[in-house]
Amino acid sequence: MKLITAVIKPFKLDDVKAALEQFGIKGMTVSEASGYGRQRGHTEVYRGAEYQVDLVPKVRVEVLAEEDDAEDVIDVIVKAAQTGKIGDGKVWSVPVDTVVRVRTGERGPEAL
Amino acid sequence: MKIDTGTTAWMITATALVLLMTPGLAFFYGGMTRAKSVLNMMMMSFVSIITVTLAWVLYGHSLAFDAFGDGDNFVNKLIGGGDALGLQSLIDTATKDDGTGMPNLVFSAFQLTFAIITVALISGAIADRAKFGAWVVFGLAWATLVYFPVAHWVWGGGWLAGLGIEDFAGGTVVHVNAGAAGLALALVLGKRTGWRKDPMRPHNLTLVLLGVGLLWFGWFGFNAGSELAVDGTAGLAFMNTQVATAAAAGAWILVEKLRDGHSTTLGVASGAVAGLVAITPACGFVDPWAALVLGLIAGAVCAYAVGLKYRLGFDDSLDVVGVHLVGGAIGAVSLGIIARYPFADGQNEGLLYGGPISQLGVQALGPVAVGLYSFIMAYVIGKIIDKTMGFRINQENEVAGIDITTHAETGYDLGTVHSSGVASVNGPVPASAKKVDA
Repeated sequence: MKLITAVIKPFKLDDVKAALEQFGIKGMTVSEASGYGRQRGHTEVYRGAEYQVDLVPKVRVEVLAEEDDAEDVIDVIVKAAQTGKIGDGKVWSVPVDTVVRVRTGERGPEAL
Repeated sequence: MKIDTGTTAWMITATALVLLMTPGLAFFYGGMTRAKSVLNMMMMSFVSIITVTLAWVLYGHSLAFDAFGDGDNFVNKLIGGGDALGLQSLIDTATKDDGTGMPNLVFSAFQLTFAIITVALISGAIADRAKFGAWVVFGLAWATLVYFPVAHWVWGGGWLAGLGIEDFAGGTVVHVNAGAAGLALALVLGKRTGWRKDPMRPHNLTLVLLGVGLLWFGWFGFNAGSELAVDGTAGLAFMNTQVATAAAAGAWILVEKLRDGHSTTLGVASGAVAGLVAITPACGFVDPWAALVLGLIAGAVCAYAVGLKYRLGFDDSLDVVGVHLVGGAIGAVSLGIIARYPFADGQNEGLLYGGPISQLGVQALGPVAVGLYSFIMAYVIGKIIDKTMGFRINQENEVAGIDITTHAETGYDLGTVHSSGVASVNGPVPASAKKVDA
């Protein structure tokens, strides 16, 4: 199994969610996040003063998937989240040893 | 006739009361939006104070309340003249009087506050998504092309006044007018992203209640002040305002309890506004018992009317149509039945007191004519703005929140990373300060 984590633009969350649901993903965890990548942050002007803002608001989406689906899931997320402009975010996956459904105690792919 | 000090003192007070309604409306509307749009919502009200005041001083008063020529001509039925441009001619007569017993500038300031809140009311229909500059332009254009002429039609000696329409404090001029414009703009701008899918519940109902409290308080100046005198009718208007508002708020939360199982704070706030709106045209014309019945009907009907947008599919975000257009029309038409104290030429009692059916006709014609005119004009103005400067912010900025993307501010600084919390350690650091360090 794989844990796929995507850090995306907040306004793309709806599109990503819909695309994942259509792909057949049953659940996900979404949290608000902040960060920056290669483009760093940006400059803001407020009340006459200029500010360098490094951290940009993002949304983090976490999805568990079976080994064979992982690449497809990543593709689905990238396709849905892409605007082509800087700050579109990142997607990565890491191997997962164990998944347990708390309610039933099921383990492994059954728990997804 | 010399200055009536009692009348003047009351009208100056009433003017301040009515002006306070617009910040009150800002709180009422602001609390109803989502947290990320509260500042923009409040800004739309506050900037209306700016734009309409400037337009009023330069030409608004003149178009609304000056007579065109000698007043006895066709043009004057539609629009006022230019003798009061810049309010200069009113100053010359400031220590004299126009028969009301107060300086003309006090009357002008009182009427100005009505124009301000009418424009501000419209903004509730387009929460979360309107370009700020576009709203500024719309407010100016709509006030100029719709509010000033319509105020002239009804109160400035125009064609509806000639027909004997009864509109004590602005059910038609203010509420039907604003409600119809709100509907038009909701259609021009389209639905908010996620409308009907996301709940979009009010983010701060304590602000909503604060706002409705200020509105209720200020509305005594709006309604009782519209008598333009200190007399029995002012007292009647004052009491009727209270009676209808309490009745409507009660009716709304009763409908909620029976229909949904719980009475809500948003319901009591909306019901109070529905009652205030409905009694506005009627307050100086009807008996307190009639105000009570009118309030009950308005509260109950509007409680259902705010659901119309889901059936018809327009995103009138904060229910300008369901409360102001519907409530204003109910109040206006009801006068054809329950009016008992007409006072101007051509006005009659309602059917209940032996008045002619023609009065009911005029009472229905007013909201229809004003509503249609306002709707069409607002739609055209809105479309022109949309085609030229664009009326709607882009989706990315809308979802991120119009407060931060349009105004570079947020209503609440509660987070740790984006706010002045953690981020202030590493950034934002004033760029100028960085330069000094380097």
